[in-house]
Amino acid sequence: MIRTYTTTRDIVGPLLLVEKVADVKYNELVELEYPDGTRTLGNVLEIDRDVALVQAFGGTRGSNPYETKVRFLGRSLELGVSRDMLGRVFDGLGRPRDGGPEIIPDKRMSIYGEPINPTARDFPDDFIQTGVSAIDGLNPLVRGQKLPIFSGSGLPHNQLAAQIARQSAVLNRSDDPGKVGAKMEGEFAVVFAAMGITFEDADFFEGEFRSTAAIERAVLFLNLADDPAVERIATPRMALTAAEYLAYECDMHVLVILTDMTYYCEALREVSAARKEVPGRRGYPGYLYTDLATIYERAGRIKGRKGSITQVPILSMPDDDKTHPIPDLTGYITEGQIILDRPLHRRGIYPPVAVLPSLSRLKQKGIGPGKTREDHADLSNQLFGAYARGIQAKELAVILGEAALSDSDRAFVAFADAFEERFIAQGEHEERSVEETLAIGWELVALLPRTELKRIKDEFVEKYLPVPEAVGPGGAEG
Amino acid sequence: MQQGTIVKVAGPLVVAEGLGEARMYDLVRVGSQGLMGEIIEMRGDRASIQVYEETEGLGPGDPVEGTGAPLSVELGPGMLEAVYDGVQRPLDVLEATSGSFLKRGISAPGLSRDKRWDFVPVLAPGASVQGGAVVGTVQENKVIEHRIMVPPGVSGTLEAIAAGTYTVTDEIGRVSTGDGAKVPLRLMQTWPVRIPRPYVRKVSVTEPLVTGTRVIDTFFPLTKGGVACIPGPFGAGKTVTQHQVAKWSNAEVVVFIGCGERGNEMTDVLMEFPELTDPYSGEPLMKRTVLVANTSNMPVAAREASVYTGMTMAEYFRDMGYSVVLQADSTSRWAEAMREISGRLEEMPGEEGFPAYLGTKLAAFYERAGRVTTLGGADGSVTAVGSVSPPGGDLSEPVVQNTLRVVKVFWALQDRLAYERHFPAIDWLTSYSLYLDKVEPFWRENVSAEFRGRRDECMRMLQRENDLAEIVRLVGLEALSGEEQILMETAKSIREDFLQQNAFRDDDQFTSLKKQDELLRIILLFHTRAIAAHASGGALREIFAAPVRERIARAKYVTEDEAQAVLDSIAADIETQLVAEGGPIAAATSERRAVAEGRPS
Ligand SMILES: Nc1ncnc2c1ncn2[C@@H]1O[C@H](COP(=O)(O)OP(=O)(O)O)[C@@H](O)[C@H]1O
Ligand SMILES: [Mg+2]
Repeated sequence: MIRTYTTTRDIVGPLLLVEKVADVKYNELVELEYPDGTRTLGNVLEIDRDVALVQAFGGTRGSNPYETKVRFLGRSLELGVSRDMLGRVFDGLGRPRDGGPEIIPDKRMSIYGEPINPTARDFPDDFIQTGVSAIDGLNPLVRGQKLPIFSGSGLPHNQLAAQIARQSAVLNRSDDPGKVGAKMEGEFAVVFAAMGITFEDADFFEGEFRSTAAIERAVLFLNLADDPAVERIATPRMALTAAEYLAYECDMHVLVILTDMTYYCEALREVSAARKEVPGRRGYPGYLYTDLATIYERAGRIKGRKGSITQVPILSMPDDDKTHPIPDLTGYITEGQIILDRPLHRRGIYPPVAVLPSLSRLKQKGIGPGKTREDHADLSNQLFGAYARGIQAKELAVILGEAALSDSDRAFVAFADAFEERFIAQGEHEERSVEETLAIGWELVALLPRTELKRIKDEFVEKYLPVPEAVGPGGAEG
Repeated sequence: MQQGTIVKVAGPLVVAEGLGEARMYDLVRVGSQGLMGEIIEMRGDRASIQVYEETEGLGPGDPVEGTGAPLSVELGPGMLEAVYDGVQRPLDVLEATSGSFLKRGISAPGLSRDKRWDFVPVLAPGASVQGGAVVGTVQENKVIEHRIMVPPGVSGTLEAIAAGTYTVTDEIGRVSTGDGAKVPLRLMQTWPVRIPRPYVRKVSVTEPLVTGTRVIDTFFPLTKGGVACIPGPFGAGKTVTQHQVAKWSNAEVVVFIGCGERGNEMTDVLMEFPELTDPYSGEPLMKRTVLVANTSNMPVAAREASVYTGMTMAEYFRDMGYSVVLQADSTSRWAEAMREISGRLEEMPGEEGFPAYLGTKLAAFYERAGRVTTLGGADGSVTAVGSVSPPGGDLSEPVVQNTLRVVKVFWALQDRLAYERHFPAIDWLTSYSLYLDKVEPFWRENVSAEFRGRRDECMRMLQRENDLAEIVRLVGLEALSGEEQILMETAKSIREDFLQQNAFRDDDQFTSLKKQDELLRIILLFHTRAIAAHASGGALREIFAAPVRERIARAKYVTEDEAQAVLDSIAADIETQLVAEGGPIAAATSERRAVAEGRPS
């Protein structure tokens, strides 16, 4: 039942207070028509007797009280989904943006989704080879994981996300614990959601997808910097609805890239401020955690279904500050984080991954014999420990000079430098197999005294540690 | 039944009129789908209701029906191995009836109505009973004997009681009370979640809860009936630590509440616990576990209720005389749920927008833990462990601060340690346990007379290491005396060979108290012998390069069965490799010196 009212009383920021309405439901979809002809969609944030509070996705420019037409549509915001979405570009609310025809939907799905029953989840444990050592070797991504990139303005997060999208592959199981399986073929898709990023950034991704023909397997939802801010609240949900359809009904493995979550959160803050809600930290609403969880928790695998949803959200940390509420609450929900580091970037290291604070919480299930290789977990632990110690020794050297370091500290300093240059650094178009990544790791730990390899089982040291060639101590030059 | 009408919907909060007869905290059914809700504020006949399910599609005019009863849980056989949402809906049953996604308006009883249990009475008709008395037992699974109790508040003469195979709602007997009323007994009873279950008295805690995690058991022990919190930024290791305690601690029953955290972490428990063997019973760990899973994307009001649901179940097992561990991960999400509802009620906010009653609620929750003499006269305990997720890792925020006022054990997680992959990342300098003196007698009797002393000695070294590290940072290692350098090495050995413990290595995840003591013994033995060797002329470099150190480093991986023999042989190695006064080290050193004279090393 569609009812139209022209009883808007107050307009505050992106919100309209509409009076004398009947039969309006919480979160109902609304169509707004402003006196200047602008049309936009909105939804009901609160309904108190006959007064509805409506948030306008397209903003309120051009509206006025008592002339704005408010139509309540009797359903919530939906996305018409179909396989034909693949290869298409939509706006932030799911309308074609590429000049192509409307999608003839296979079905319509509410963009808010429903929570996955925890008992229905299947634990993500298929290793994804991204071909990036800093990820595969140390903080591996698995199918169905949500692993964000915490970045900052000017850092190459887009390049890294595109590289992940381009190179990702799943490996077959291997029967030999010392051998890695071959790449597996399977149906996969990329769903890309832009929230508030610039045309150039969006164009980079689109170009990337086109040049690799990945566009055939991609669905793009674009809300750019000059598009309405409040629309951004709907955009990631549009993308995830499309992803759920492709994953759970079309059996595809879907990689979802959401960028930039910071602008999403700012849109949420704008609405919250207009509602005069009691703010939490830095003015963000107290329910930001819960709200973000309804996005990030839509990643995963479900028992009995073939497809999966892997999320790589990107967010720029205001001021490179990891404790800012957006990265902080994100880190509390996602299954780890890849943190990009400005000093590494300045030194020309790509990808500038700060490996120590980066984390993949699902790695223990995704690596090891059969999945990658038996020595993977121990080796990565050792690399972490040794790199941390090398960094500490370097700090010491800054104050006291190299000469004050003990022999073993010097070995760790050499290790840390070599680690950054040979392990972390790689080409934007360089795809390293996991064996190559592990091999580099072993070459690096070989720079350390063998007694320091406490985190690696003896048998693996025996089996994988390269036999030293007749060269002097020190290894790589600093 | 009172019947009301919705006048307002704002997120998880619904306001209804016409419920003047209802009481605070009554359960209501909201809308035509009968969504579960709870009255949390009343003004005249206007009631504010927090709804445990998504409220989309509700609007003014929709009906609300009172149930006349508060939110309660069902207590009886069938709880173990179950997985519930925050208001005790069995998630596996919901999956079977409505699929992989959680639909609204679907409910199922907490305990199966069809399943039959073999009941064996332990009392005979004619016995005089009161609330809490055990009338008989059901062997719920191989591990747990479910003791069927007279519900609190009921007393009189047991009029009938009979062995048999019953569903949870069948009558298994009757109590005739003093005033002539007859109260039927069933395998199941219910209890309102927000009211602590009664007991006779609290009893002082004396026995450690052995978790197998070395830094906890040795340095910051928890007791059966104690309360602990684990604050730390994301990724520091709160959940893994709680899982370790849930897996390996010597509690008899474990209640794990996933409160507003990740779905996959619940799945992890669900898939892993049935596969893991409980070292105490030899049966799958799941058999002693109850899981409450209200993940971050599930309705926020049910998250608020989840901690009470879990606590009530824990108290119920305590009342049977069991030692129960209750884990809440994360209490911050619970506090945030309170904040969200409070905000919708437009209450005056306290610090950081949290309601002013945050501290009271936290204190009241932890106060439900403890060791008690139960109504039935048994000794039971609830140990509570809550993780706290402070924004930005800032420990001065309200949830941490209010929690620290009531808990006795503080395991402080440090992100710096986690970055180094020093796990568990429990900071030994700031963490504390106020139970040390309480468990010391137990240690003396069951571990060794020296354990406490060794522990304190190691703690002192770790603190001293921190002071010395400051000096090293400023002027370099060379500024330290030989003895101090040895101390630095020993402290490093304590950190790496004892404190670091990998939860994902089968040979490292659990260490018995006895072996913990033995590990400290050899680390300290090396220390004293090193000092002696140095005093008699041994060079530090030689001492530190003693081959036995590699054995010390790997000692933690030795199996429990071999531990004693291996550790004794390591001790013997220390003695031969480091004997003072002209022993091998000193001798080798002076020899080498002579040879190496004049050559750069
Ligand atoms: N005891 C441990 N042993 C090995 N790894 C650990 C341990 N504790 C934590 N970790 C690592 O740290 C990650 C984060 O731990 P988690 O408990 O999930 O953190 P939090 O709950 O504090 O966010 C885990 O995924 C694991 O990789
Ligand atoms: Mg956690």
